[in-house]
Amino acid sequence: MAANLHDSPRGGPAPTVAAGDLPDKPAPIATEGPVAWLRDNLFSSPTNVALTVISIALVALTVPGVIDWTITGAVWGGGAEACRANPDGACWPFIGSRWEQFLYGFYPRAERWRVDIVLWTLFVGIALLAFERTPGRKWIGLFMLVAFPVISFFLLYGGAFGLRTVQTARWGGFMLTLVIALAGIVASLPLGIVLALGRRSTMPVVRLACTIFIEFWRGIPLVAVLFMASVMFPLFLPPDVTFDQLLRAVIGVALFASAYMAEVVRGGLQAIPKGQYEGAMALGLPYWRMMRLIVLPQALKIVIPGIVNTFIGLFKDTTLVLIIGLLDLLGSVQASIQDPNWSIRSVPYTGYVFVALVFWVCCYAMARYSRYVEAKLHTGHER
Amino acid sequence: MNEQTGAATAATQDLRVSDEVVIRIDDMDKWYGQFHVLKSIDLEVRRGERIVICGPSGSGKSTLIRCINRLEEHQSGSINVDGIELTNDLKNIDAIRREVGMVFQHFNLFPHLTVMENCTLAPIWVKKMPKREADEVAMKYLERVRIPEQADKFPGQLSGGQQQRVAIARSLCMNPKIMLFDEPTSALDPEMIKEVLDVMIELAREGMTMVCVTHEMGFAKTVANRVIFMDGGQIIEQNAPDEFFDNPRSERTQMFLSQILAH
Repeated sequence: MAANLHDSPRGGPAPTVAAGDLPDKPAPIATEGPVAWLRDNLFSSPTNVALTVISIALVALTVPGVIDWTITGAVWGGGAEACRANPDGACWPFIGSRWEQFLYGFYPRAERWRVDIVLWTLFVGIALLAFERTPGRKWIGLFMLVAFPVISFFLLYGGAFGLRTVQTARWGGFMLTLVIALAGIVASLPLGIVLALGRRSTMPVVRLACTIFIEFWRGIPLVAVLFMASVMFPLFLPPDVTFDQLLRAVIGVALFASAYMAEVVRGGLQAIPKGQYEGAMALGLPYWRMMRLIVLPQALKIVIPGIVNTFIGLFKDTTLVLIIGLLDLLGSVQASIQDPNWSIRSVPYTGYVFVALVFWVCCYAMARYSRYVEAKLHTGHER
Repeated sequence: MNEQTGAATAATQDLRVSDEVVIRIDDMDKWYGQFHVLKSIDLEVRRGERIVICGPSGSGKSTLIRCINRLEEHQSGSINVDGIELTNDLKNIDAIRREVGMVFQHFNLFPHLTVMENCTLAPIWVKKMPKREADEVAMKYLERVRIPEQADKFPGQLSGGQQQRVAIARSLCMNPKIMLFDEPTSALDPEMIKEVLDVMIELAREGMTMVCVTHEMGFAKTVANRVIFMDGGQIIEQNAPDEFFDNPRSERTQMFLSQILAH
């Protein structure tokens, strides 16, 4: 019962009291169901009607052509001859005949089982980690982060345990893309966090050093970093010291990405209210424990979209190693296109569409997973 | 003022205060840049004392209690908490923070942890208490602040009054010798103030040493054995609550009291 505060002796309207609860009435127009959805989302105003019509027209103009080229009108079987006969559709047999090169590069055929083990372990490991319910998830995570990189190195490079050495110059294709991207991702996140904390440190020397580092790497293009790593860096070393080309590229990519990561993480740190630090300090938590238990979990959660954005950027940027002569997925596809046996009009298109598709699947998977993690970490404190 | 606090009066007013000094602030000064926020503060707090600090906003009362556990740094004079001198030595600061609990105006609970985890975090990571024991301790204090049933919720799912009671329980889990309260009810809706004050009164009744910055004059009358009035960074007047409210000596105190008690 709501009583009116105004009472007539002091002026204002006479006091009122509600007579009873009002009954629920049906809404005069539909507020749910397909009709309501169409009205709210597609035809709510003249502008929206126009946009809807234009969008439908665009879809009608483009999608049938894309489907025709990639699926219905594409060549699915046979060899180069079939593609030559029908150059107006995608030439999927080209991918089928070259997929090994796209996956392994020039990795010796007899040793490819080693790559298979690494890729399958990676695939299974990520799949297991992606689901929260996996038993022993902590140990799997620890294995994937600590043991797996070491095991992978020995498996891929060899030179120990009776495995033949495979020079990194022979690595290539999607496997190389993954090696560079994963090494970059695994190195850039912790490095970025440390740099971000350093840039917000109260110690001037630490702060200055971190700021200079971040601004240096952020200020130069990745192409320049890779060129310097591959061409200039050896000039500074004594002639008998050699430094693996791939390793140099990986370090370059990782440092480059960590500068971006640092700024993303710093954004998250700045969003944490001062009260959280004070709450933790008042309980007696020392600096690093406060950071690890209170500040970073919240800061990183806020910037998951930014972190994944950086990961996706890094993943796609790995294609730039092409210019220092490493043949990643894009590089090996580009090299295969030159094959005179496959000099057909549709082959280059097919190759690039294939590369785009592989990258898109990987990046979209990362994006989806980040949405899932965000939803999972939501604890209802956003108001 | 708060009539509900009347019941506790008899029990708290004659609580004995020991002679042992637990906080000794001696000629302490603090500046923010050029601004002199705290001027020559002298303050002794004895074990079991309940002190209420009041004063207009900007008078330095929050800053004063935040100096006690080094959330703010003082520039001259000395602060001694339970025999430990507050210096730049991190070891001393950590030791003092283990002895001194603090409750904030905005609760400062950790939103990514459950109520239970909020309470067990410091015992586990600072005191190295085994998790099972920490859980028991946390449950004990959550029961004392009367919200054991919320243990598995996140702070964001609780009302302001409940959050503040969790914050009190979280501090108590460290078994502090002194509790600092920095305007613990100022951010609460009126109907939630009572539940928090009740918990604080109970705490006072159990003999906890408390230093409270608050505008709850009913609370001050009920539980405090000393009320301190600050203005312009100085302690203007301190006295037992009866005297303080009935016969304020300084003009500034009189003006302040007339302003807050006018309605």
